Amino acid sequence: MNLSFAITSLEQGLAFGIMALGVFISFRILDFADLSVDGSLPLGAAVSARLLVAGVNPFLSLIAALVAGGAAGAITGFLNTRLKIAPLLSGILTMTALYSINLRIMGRPNIPLIGKGTIFSYIRDLGVPYPWNNLLLLIVVITAVKLVLDAFLNTQIGFALRATGDNPQMIRSMGISTNSMKMLGLIISNALVALSGALVGQYQGFADVNMGVGTIIAGLASVIIGEVVIGEKSMMIATIGVIIGSILYRFSISIALNLGLAASDLKLLTAILVIIFLSTPRIKKALR
Amino acid sequence: MLKVKNLKKIFYKGTPNENVAIDEINLKVNEGDFITIVGSNGAGKSTLLNSIAGVFPVDNGTIILDNENITKKSEYKCAQEIGRVFQNPLAGTSPEMTIEENLSLAISKSNNLSLKWGLSKHKRKIMRKHLEKIDLGLEKRLTTKVKLLSGGQRQALTLLMATVANPRLLLLDEHTAALDPATAIKIKNLTAELVNENNITTLMITHNMEDAIEMGNRFIMMDGGHIIYDINGEEKEELTIEKLLKMFEIKHGGKFNNDRMLLSV
Repeated sequence: MNLSFAITSLEQGLAFGIMALGVFISFRILDFADLSVDGSLPLGAAVSARLLVAGVNPFLSLIAALVAGGAAGAITGFLNTRLKIAPLLSGILTMTALYSINLRIMGRPNIPLIGKGTIFSYIRDLGVPYPWNNLLLLIVVITAVKLVLDAFLNTQIGFALRATGDNPQMIRSMGISTNSMKMLGLIISNALVALSGALVGQYQGFADVNMGVGTIIAGLASVIIGEVVIGEKSMMIATIGVIIGSILYRFSISIALNLGLAASDLKLLTAILVIIFLSTPRIKKALR
Repeated sequence: MLKVKNLKKIFYKGTPNENVAIDEINLKVNEGDFITIVGSNGAGKSTLLNSIAGVFPVDNGTIILDNENITKKSEYKCAQEIGRVFQNPLAGTSPEMTIEENLSLAISKSNNLSLKWGLSKHKRKIMRKHLEKIDLGLEKRLTTKVKLLSGGQRQALTLLMATVANPRLLLLDEHTAALDPATAIKIKNLTAELVNENNITTLMITHNMEDAIEMGNRFIMMDGGHIIYDINGEEKEELTIEKLLKMFEIKHGGKFNNDRMLLSV
């Protein structure tokens, strides 16, 4: 693997790392397997791309993506908490609906962003040389997201959110609505996933309606790799773990591709990776 | 303080399994009452407490807490005024969170949740003071995850969390039943201490007859969804286990059908 490959993997790991943080919130903190992220990732990319084409400031388009993702999360939350549809199905329904919505937003299945002003071209135009332009920007964004998230998880509401996934009975006894907390968690989670989608879209230079396929698995892989490699002693360490996990995940994909694996086999590889990491604790136990 | 009027709860209504769990119960609880509740399995004790706590809608009747009708209030809203401890020592705390994070939620209970920091120096000071009271050395382990504590320690913490925000009413549902005898006594003493100190109005279900006689100022026996005895004052002081068993036999028309109750005598 040469250097440019490594840099690309690192950049992808960072851009998708925000998505992994979103999955961490729904999957780990809320204990809610939320499949809507497969739709909210392209939603973020679609919103951002559409706005870029219309000449909107690329940084503003990220905010718009964040809001759109939050709305998608609210829909999944509504389906689950108000209509009492099972978590898995709520996510699948939102994901399915979002496919059509994303097509509506984009007006076609693919919007190229070549030649459009993105946050990456903006930094490059400031005179930051390759590879630092992309890397620096992504590091700044993901660090900001991580720090804000860490802070939030240490507020009173953050505590309540964490306890909701851990022991809903306890949180009800504390006079807090588990429904509101689930809603809030799903909004934050999907907002982050959509933000990540917008970043990825601008980074790779196009938004595509199919770019979300397998997002949840990639997110899960990142979260679990992070837990195995870095641990989860505290929330701050766990969120670092998720980001590192995302980077390691992208590296392993690059390595597999470098070794001659067909791109079409990647999903299979990812699934196997997740299975291995998920079963590690059990295998360890059995071997003891 | 708490008024329960004509309360009725039917499970599986309209099916062959229909079960009238509590049948037209009337109960007036006075400010500062500490009521122990006994009765065989299926007597409706837990259903009564769960109805008051808003766990499920009732089929008839009203529940009034301090002049406020809470009959239709949802569980989490009721919980803002009512503290609860369950039989399962794992039910009342969040295992993956630390002792201080758990307690922080309980202390903030009376306020609305906000984006203020969950922990602060001031809050930790209050927590240490409270934890010293329960005398398990937990004040030195604020950052320990709750899952690492024993069942008894967790139940003590739950009890503290249920009382620390000074609820208007405390509901204890066999909260010592799942603990070993020595720990159960500790938790029992701690219960008396916390309740008396804050003068919290309390309803406590127990299967331990001694506890039922010893603790509280008022005693209620339930059977088949009814309150069959409601004793307080001097009469309560003079209760003995033999008297209790006799009372039950007279009303029930048979011997105690609950081994657990007899064994714990």
